[in-house]
Amino acid sequence: MSAIELDPTVVGPVPATRRWRGVPGLRGTGVAGHLSALVLAIAGVVAVFGQWLAPHDPDLTNLSYAFVGPIEGHPLGFDSQGRDLLSRILAGARSSLLGPTAVVTLAMIVGTFLAVATAWKGGRFDRWVSAGLDVLFAFPAIVLAIIVSVIVEPSLMSATIALSIAYTPYIARVLRSAALRERARDYIAALEVQGLRAWIICVRHLGRNLLPLIVAQGAVLFGYAMVDLAAISFLGLGVRPPQADWGVMVSTGQSGVLQGYPLESLSAGVCIIAVVIAVNILGERLTERANSVTR
Amino acid sequence: MADEPLLDVVALRKEFGAHVAVDDVSFQIAEGGSLAIVGESGSGKTTIAKMITGLLAPTSGTIRACGHDRSRPAKGAAERRRRGGEVQIVFQDPYSSLDPRQSGAAAIDEVLALHRGGSADERRDRVAELGALVGLDDRQLHALPRALSGGQRQRVAIARALAAEPRLLILDESVAALDVSIQAQVLNLLADVRAETGISYLLISHDLAVVRQITDDVIVMRNGQVVERGATREVLDAPQHEYTQLLRASVPAPGWTPTRRA
Amino acid sequence: MSDAFLELQQVTVRLPISGELRTVLHDVSFRIAPGEAVGLVGESGSGKSMTARAVARLLPPGAESSGTVLFAGNDVAALKGAALRAFRAEVAVVFQDPRAHINPVRTIGDFMTEALRTNHDVSRADAAAKAVSLLAEVGIADGQRRLEQHPHELSGGLLQRVMIATALLTEPKLLLADEPTTALDVTTQSDVMAILDELRRERGMSMLFITHDLELAGAVCDRTAVMYAGQLVEERTSSALHDDPLHPYTAGLVGARPRIDGDVVRLSAIPGRPRSAFEAPAGCAFNDRCVHVVDDCVASRPALEPLDGGSVRCHRAVELRGRLQEGAAHG
Ligand SMILES: Nc1ncnc2c1ncn2[C@@H]1O[C@H](COP(=O)(O)OP(=O)(O)OP(=O)(O)O)[C@@H](O)[C@H]1O
Ligand SMILES: Nc1ncnc2c1ncn2[C@@H]1O[C@H](COP(=O)(O)OP(=O)(O)OP(=O)(O)O)[C@@H](O)[C@H]1O
Ligand SMILES: [Mg+2]
Ligand SMILES: [Mg+2]
Repeated sequence: MSAIELDPTVVGPVPATRRWRGVPGLRGTGVAGHLSALVLAIAGVVAVFGQWLAPHDPDLTNLSYAFVGPIEGHPLGFDSQGRDLLSRILAGARSSLLGPTAVVTLAMIVGTFLAVATAWKGGRFDRWVSAGLDVLFAFPAIVLAIIVSVIVEPSLMSATIALSIAYTPYIARVLRSAALRERARDYIAALEVQGLRAWIICVRHLGRNLLPLIVAQGAVLFGYAMVDLAAISFLGLGVRPPQADWGVMVSTGQSGVLQGYPLESLSAGVCIIAVVIAVNILGERLTERANSVTR
Repeated sequence: MADEPLLDVVALRKEFGAHVAVDDVSFQIAEGGSLAIVGESGSGKTTIAKMITGLLAPTSGTIRACGHDRSRPAKGAAERRRRGGEVQIVFQDPYSSLDPRQSGAAAIDEVLALHRGGSADERRDRVAELGALVGLDDRQLHALPRALSGGQRQRVAIARALAAEPRLLILDESVAALDVSIQAQVLNLLADVRAETGISYLLISHDLAVVRQITDDVIVMRNGQVVERGATREVLDAPQHEYTQLLRASVPAPGWTPTRRA
Repeated sequence: MSDAFLELQQVTVRLPISGELRTVLHDVSFRIAPGEAVGLVGESGSGKSMTARAVARLLPPGAESSGTVLFAGNDVAALKGAALRAFRAEVAVVFQDPRAHINPVRTIGDFMTEALRTNHDVSRADAAAKAVSLLAEVGIADGQRRLEQHPHELSGGLLQRVMIATALLTEPKLLLADEPTTALDVTTQSDVMAILDELRRERGMSMLFITHDLELAGAVCDRTAVMYAGQLVEERTSSALHDDPLHPYTAGLVGARPRIDGDVVRLSAIPGRPRSAFEAPAGCAFNDRCVHVVDDCVASRPALEPLDGGSVRCHRAVELRGRLQEGAAHG
């Protein structure tokens, strides 16, 4: 809509204001961006130090406390095995956050590499790789997880690898079309004519201009990864009980929900939702900020 | 060697599948010369520019520039760099020809580092020199593209191309998107740079008045073939080929009555 | 002056731009007689498209406007219901950016014939036949095939011609053509202009022709208005405007264009860059780029005054009359 687009030449000088502009690195992400970053920072601290922060032993069962609600010293009460819920939440943060982070990182690295490489090379290489990815794309994540767990012992690691493989074609597809669009822009051709090496153009220019999209996609995938990992753990193909994990807690807590003790599923669910929302908001704000550079 | 033209294109041909986009095109540009390619949309002008710059490989024919063959893709980084220092190109669309996340100064510096090396200080001085040559001040040089007007962006693109100190600059519709007043500034700039450095131009344009302003010779293309060639003045004042005549008659001027092709 | 078919009276438009209402059109007045073609010329951001949008009641959301637009004597702002539909049927718009104004998921045929079928009760087959014949007129021979294609399958030039054909399908009385030929090469431009010209003569269609090409406007329009920073700065018969400009900006535009004939001379580039209305300096909007500037030009904004059968907005117009053309040629 060039007719009603702002004329890019009329970006006037920004008047100097004394208003607080935000933490360096988060400038321009607004209050929501800062709050989200705070939530994630807290989650990160808990993921690292959760075991030591836990007031009680998260794995200590005491069946006489099964399903006992909040009491003094145990603000969230106990689960079906009589384990302290708060301690399990704190101790479970690590695997709950580490899994999705690893999935997203792995899928992003491989997916971005494939996207940029196929967009750059084009031709037969592009056709073959894209066809391969389409085949992979057809497998649901869970099926892949089962296949991987047949090959290696089921664990957080195997589930992470399976999900990374399942997400890669999706990432590669989304980024490839963006990379193709960017590849067709004249500045890339100008750099080629200058004689710059292809990989330098890809990393320094193409890759950097895809970064906002990579961040946005990563944020969305993080949420999916958290939920999918929980589902895989539920099937016994990922994190195995009794290890504390938010996803596992949501599913094992379901029996309690039916009996009128929803706290286990609820507290773990709230943690998952809080992190997923925070990641998405922050991702969105960062993308918006990055895009404002080009518009 | 002394007589060898700066650019020598012989029997150039490019096929896209069954479609022949460029068909047996030959032309030369002497050192310091300035040649225009005009012709209707889709006649293969950009395809020729892409083959000369190595963005497309010719189906057949040869291209020599600055005494080196460039009909085939460059082998290795050194050859690619040498070619970059010989022929440069400025594209039509000022909005897509700059990296949106790189200031003009950074873009020029990247090219300088590639072709000339030198210390950061030396490069900084050279960036300022090139900026002055194309009429950009320090603030504009360090602004991101979105803060620049189309004309200013196009000047950054020209400065970036000149940073490699090419002997031939290809201008593919490079002034078409500019406002009239800015276009005049850029055309004057191109004339000045040529007078100062002896650079050669290959100008691709629809706009016959622009062609007259900055070129000595012209070739007229249609359907991938050259239909007329000669000195720009003569071809525009007394077009011989029927298509050139049509082209000339289609230029709006006072008292012009638009006519329809049969 | 003959009776006006379209008349703008002191139209001012303000738009929300980076959080503030800013003026993009200032005090624009002109008239178009039945069957007359008026050119509107100016550089990027000067407000040409916004003028067309103000006429067609298509201002962007949040716009604030004052002044009056009269179409066949009626205030366009007051039109409602059937009267508004009648207005829409009589006024056609060719948008500057066709791709942004055409639904990407519908076929060209749907797009072209929609108005005919819904507002004019024409059958699908008749509408399609008419569309094909108009496509042929704008130089698209295989119209039948094009009707089944989607916008992304057409080049910018083809799409622009589709827009023109679509605008003409309903036989409008007034055509607002916003840079309809920018994506076309000169020979196709000539075809398209010939068709518009023919329709105007045969059917008495009025036209507001927006372009940044002074020569093109001069060649096809009876009168040409020059716009700078959201204001009309000069409005004359096309030939007078080109040969004997009264406003320094018009002279600047003439001098900045290279010539297709004669000797090559250095162009007299206007220093600086084009402005939008809200970026213009106080006083005369052109004062910071004008070589003839005097204290008066900074002190107060000149009014659009009648002169030599047209009008001009310059304090020194009378004094400079006849001297601008040579200045432009040698500047
Ligand atoms: N990569 C490609 N694949 C297939 N066909 C192509 C490709 N590039 C160009 N063509 C075709 O080759 C012909 C020549 O295109 P080219 O871009 O060289 O024309 P041009 O003379 O530069 O036109 P314009 O004036 O519109 O820029 C056109 O028919 C075009 O459709
Ligand atoms: N939807 C919009 N919202 C805010 N500002 C706008 C909008 N559309 C246009 N503008 C601004 O209004 C001013 C006039 O714009 P307009 O589109 O009328 O210019 P124009 O003369 O048609 O230019 P061009 O030749 O580039 O088409 C410009 O400063 C532009 O940035
Ligand atoms: Mg081209
Ligand atoms: Mg416009």
